[in-house]
Amino acid sequence: MTAASPPEILRAPLVVEFPFTRSLGPVQSAFLTGLREGVVLGVTTADGKVMVPPVEYDPVTAEEIRDLVEVGTTGTVTTWAWNGSPRRNQPLATPFAWVLVRLDGADTAILHALDAPGPEAVSTGMRVRVRWAGERTGAITDIACFEPAEEGDPVARATPHGGEFADAVTGIVAEARLDYTYSPGRAQTAYIAGLSEQKTIGERCPSCHKVYVPPRGACPTCGVATTDQVEVGPAGTVTTYCIVNIKAAHTANLGIEVPYVYAHIALDGAGLALHGRIGGIPYDQVRMGLRVEPVWTEGGRYPDHYRPTGEPDADYDVYKELI
Amino acid sequence: MPGTPRTRRHAREVAVIAFAQSDHLRRTDELSEVEMVMPVLHQVLAQTGLKAGEIGFTCSGSSDYLAGRAFSFTMTLDGVGAWPPISESHVEMDGAWALYEAWVKIQTGEADTALVYSYGKSSPGSVRDVLTRQLDPYYLAPLWPDAVALAALQAQALIDAGETDEAGLAAIGARSRAAASANPHAQLTGAVPQGDYQVAPLRTGDCPPVGDGAAAVILAAGDVARRLCGRPAWITGIDHRIEAHSLGLRDLTDSPSTRIAAEHAGVFEGPVDTAELHAPFSSQEVVLRKALGLGEGVSVNLSGGALAANPMMAAGLIRIGEAAARIHRGESDRAVAHATSGPCLQQNLVAVLEGDRA
Ligand SMILES: [Zn+2]
Repeated sequence: MTAASPPEILRAPLVVEFPFTRSLGPVQSAFLTGLREGVVLGVTTADGKVMVPPVEYDPVTAEEIRDLVEVGTTGTVTTWAWNGSPRRNQPLATPFAWVLVRLDGADTAILHALDAPGPEAVSTGMRVRVRWAGERTGAITDIACFEPAEEGDPVARATPHGGEFADAVTGIVAEARLDYTYSPGRAQTAYIAGLSEQKTIGERCPSCHKVYVPPRGACPTCGVATTDQVEVGPAGTVTTYCIVNIKAAHTANLGIEVPYVYAHIALDGAGLALHGRIGGIPYDQVRMGLRVEPVWTEGGRYPDHYRPTGEPDADYDVYKELI
Repeated sequence: MPGTPRTRRHAREVAVIAFAQSDHLRRTDELSEVEMVMPVLHQVLAQTGLKAGEIGFTCSGSSDYLAGRAFSFTMTLDGVGAWPPISESHVEMDGAWALYEAWVKIQTGEADTALVYSYGKSSPGSVRDVLTRQLDPYYLAPLWPDAVALAALQAQALIDAGETDEAGLAAIGARSRAAASANPHAQLTGAVPQGDYQVAPLRTGDCPPVGDGAAAVILAAGDVARRLCGRPAWITGIDHRIEAHSLGLRDLTDSPSTRIAAEHAGVFEGPVDTAELHAPFSSQEVVLRKALGLGEGVSVNLSGGALAANPMMAAGLIRIGEAAARIHRGESDRAVAHATSGPCLQQNLVAVLEGDRA
């Protein structure tokens, strides 16, 4: 194939979501259950320091710590930063201050948001208090945010707490969604652009001359860029295969009846096999060396499956290096 | 060996003998990761005359969260010629920690040379959102405090402590970008407006540019280093330390982990003439200068540092590479290189690099 002008770089949205389910140890369980009940708990280290939010191990001595105490819901800002443009998922949708707050009775600070009218209303050393979320589930977001304290809000001290609550929270689901715009790069763009014309484009290594398909832009043996584009196929040879007896779970594949054959197929001219489903032949008649060709469906962006060409089987010596 | 003897604190002498980096750009949509990394690998190998197959150990640093894809680093292995199988490892961190692993590998005697590379493309996603996912998942991550917000808390703590002010921070950004004018790879150079508040007190000029880039270094032991490099940058000490993960437990105006790592790396055992500090935010340079005890006589970030180019997962390795390159060129005799990872300088790596004296 002659070198054409490079196709426009492809881009597509890529959303990655993880609903991580995390279990809590005894200390974190007590803390988050406490938040649900409107109580803020900390732990006391061996040297009498009160840590809020509580940790399970002393960060200096690494000793396990379990002694829970209740601290106040009012505290002092130790440092802050004005967030004029809140981002998605942050505690408040209107401009707010990020704050580290040392709650009354605690020796360490908790990070959260402070609802204030503007940066001039915030200062290090200012007194703030917890604003509870309307609906609480046992999560750090049960504290909706902090707000400026009122004159006369009590100054609490740390008092021992058993940490026992009915129906303790033992786990959280940590939702995470990240949005990307994926670009596959030069080599894979050329491959995908070729597929849109029902062509399979590989790339040849200038050093070892192997043709990679799909190409990723580099020869993993020589460590050099593969730049010469080569059209391979359309027909190829089954080099090895397996018989699948498990019904596909993905909705796009629900129409595929089991058992079916999934195979490695060395397209003519390619230096390695790619994989695809074999159709148009009973599953128990598929064999190594079977000659196949792609079957495209209307509007399909890649071959739906491969079917026998009817040619005689390929000689083993021709494809043995590609298994 | 002629010249001033260097402190011998490790089993083997190991040096950085070559360094290469990409041009750091806001976006590189036309390049896959391997397409971005491969020219850098070829450049660094060419500096030594080594072929990929002659390297004893290869270690890389990158992050799947930047790519949005699992095991994304495996793709870039195509660029080093990983077939037949090579001795290889990967850290889901900045490449400076990959270099540390490679240094350990050479210390064990299992390799005489190592190729270390790292890369990051921040352009496909929103790096501020992505970095929230490295935070404590119980108390922090559900609030989505982004890297700029956390750095801003640290900056305000420094201002409250009287260690700097907004003008002082702006001067750090301006000095870095002016220095970067001599760095053809930097993303942001020259006079850059300080801009609006991102998260106050940090303005745009206090924050690193977001971009894509890659870097690579080659390490070699003893006589191999002497044979392949005119003036090897000997790693006479290297160490890394971590702070407690809860920000509220820490004194954000200080970096004890940097100081301890520096002590173990031998920074304070002699004068340094050059420092390459990985301070993505201007305020973090204030913290690092204090922790490392850098006086006015030390050239800090003549490359422009992370305020001029901050390719995630490569910017720390680049600090080691830039420091080493100054030694290679005879512009430095004893340099300190620093890399960081995590919010508010949570993890810190410090290396001392020395050249043979005439
Ligand atoms: Zn090749």
